[in-house]
Amino acid sequence: MKQEIQDLDVLIIGGGPAGLAAALRLRQNGIENILIAEREKQPGGILRQCIHDGFGLTRFREMLSGPEYAERFIREAEALKIPILTNASVTEITPDRIATVVARDGLRTYRARAIILAMGCRERTRGALAIPGSRPAGVFTAGVAQAYINLYNRMPAREVVILGSGDIGMIMARRLTLEGAHVQAVFEIQPYPSGLTRNIRQCLDDFGIPLHLSHTVTKVHGERRVTGVTVQEVGDGFRPIPGTEQFYPCDTLILSVGLIPENELSLGAGVKLDPHTRGPIVNERFETSVPGIFAAGNVLHVHDLADYVSLEAEELADAVTDYVTGKDLPDCSVSVTCDKNINHVIPQTVSLRESVNLSLRVNRPLTDVKVAAVQGGDVIAKKTLKKALPAEMISLHVPKDRILPGKELEVRIL
Amino acid sequence: MRKTSERSTDSPVTVAGCPRSTDSPGTGPEFQHSTDSPGTEAGSPRSIIGPVTGAGCPRGESYFIQEITDPRRTLASSVLVTGGELPLCSVRLTEPVPIARIPDVMKEIRKMKVEAPLESGTVLIRDVLGLGSNVIATKTIRRIKDTQ
Ligand SMILES: Cc1cc2nc3c(=O)[nH]c(=O)nc-3n(C[C@H](O)[C@H](O)[C@H](O)COP(=O)(O)OP(=O)(O)OC[C@H]3O[C@@H](n4cnc5c(N)ncnc54)[C@H](O)[C@@H]3O)c2cc1C
Repeated sequence: MKQEIQDLDVLIIGGGPAGLAAALRLRQNGIENILIAEREKQPGGILRQCIHDGFGLTRFREMLSGPEYAERFIREAEALKIPILTNASVTEITPDRIATVVARDGLRTYRARAIILAMGCRERTRGALAIPGSRPAGVFTAGVAQAYINLYNRMPAREVVILGSGDIGMIMARRLTLEGAHVQAVFEIQPYPSGLTRNIRQCLDDFGIPLHLSHTVTKVHGERRVTGVTVQEVGDGFRPIPGTEQFYPCDTLILSVGLIPENELSLGAGVKLDPHTRGPIVNERFETSVPGIFAAGNVLHVHDLADYVSLEAEELADAVTDYVTGKDLPDCSVSVTCDKNINHVIPQTVSLRESVNLSLRVNRPLTDVKVAAVQGGDVIAKKTLKKALPAEMISLHVPKDRILPGKELEVRIL
Repeated sequence: MRKTSERSTDSPVTVAGCPRSTDSPGTGPEFQHSTDSPGTEAGSPRSIIGPVTGAGCPRGESYFIQEITDPRRTLASSVLVTGGELPLCSVRLTEPVPIARIPDVMKEIRKMKVEAPLESGTVLIRDVLGLGSNVIATKTIRRIKDTQ
């Protein structure tokens, strides 16, 4: 059957905080013909299951839960009559911005002048870690356990071991404990925690749950259901140290070992990825390597706070507005480089003609540092930090009037 | 095994868990006990602790004193919903309560069952256990038949 193609100014893929904030800003900028496609029954993204508070402090100066934070944006979108097509999965996008959507009423095809990727991220699974042992039931990623408990009213665990000190894992340690499970410990392979300090304090310390650094699970036991895990201390190169094996009986192993941007659609459209963020490479306008395809939120790089996701998406929406209204935009041909202390910087390319907000993460904990943007030996912007942790995003504003046109831009730790 | 949740109490003391300051993400508050600065009113928590210096954000000092003298937490959970498009509605406390009372509040929340439709923000338990905090719904849940 030949599909009828509908034309859009902007198609937004994903109705989480990134997609919602982008849509609102586009509409406020006067871009009318837009659509959000969301594969779930409701918009809100991962926030629908993040029922703990800790959202909105930056944006609303209030401590909101995830669902409340999302609802503020959803209400505004409803008020502005922004169409949100739910139960609609985008299955393919092409470099010329034709999108195939599987919706309730069948296949739909859209041709958009710009596409915004706002699909969020995925959790790394056991497969990605290659933990030896059998394949019993009872191994869940933290987000899956969170969905069971907070969305579907299912309690997936009684005796729990958590691998990885990511925020979701720690939040689930508290949630499982409150719901009557016993969380024995959290093990982290790195010598430092990967989640926020506030979560170590409020989700682990408060409940007497120990966090063991430089430890990992080296074997999963059990036939039909997990019966226990073997944990070992790790040494150089994260190699397990023989003789440090300890057996922990449990029925559930929860994994909180990292998030990876959702890339299936992006790769299909030929979008180039950054090996460090594992999301698309973008220029200062959040445009990927494919013209007219933009990205923001967790699909671009994994964020620590939803507030920053919303902010980033609004910046992106302003750039998309310029793009669809045909504004003359400078070429972004200068790469942003970084030193060995920094894991990644967004955006990866700049024009050196506009102000730019750099988002970065360090790759190990540092104290009393200056994060600096440097051009040809001159520091053009810097920020002093008492602590810089891999768990926290750092943003650095580089004002237009300080930029030296034509000179390489490097981000360094001083 | 090494336990990282143990923290030294030697000064300077780094107090973890303060909500991050919004203008300088990445810096946590640090506090130093010191004895040689002018004291405050005797008997107040403030005078027992002594002057607090080195807070990394405006809320640092009051957070530290609270955390030392009367640690409080908020709580998020969910309650059963009948007739709703979802089986559960998420809830939270509007004000933090003493940590020791969290299990009691959890018991009160577990007892609840609500009927859809439900608006986010609706007070489900006012002044729970007399602790000066309300349990509110944090999700809007429509009735099943309204959504079909
Ligand atoms: C468990 C957990 C706890 C967190 N805790 C906090 C916290 O305390 N405070 C805080 O500020 N932040 C927290 N965060 C971070 C914050 O929630 C995220 O940074 C934010 O939700 C990311 O927004 P997003 O819009 O990029 O992605 P998401 O929220 O993941 O939204 C992406 C949306 O895209 C949809 N989608 C994906 N693919 C397709 C497709 N092909 N077609 C159609 N739709 C698609 C998905 O269904 C989803 O709705 C937490 C995150 C997690 C996972």
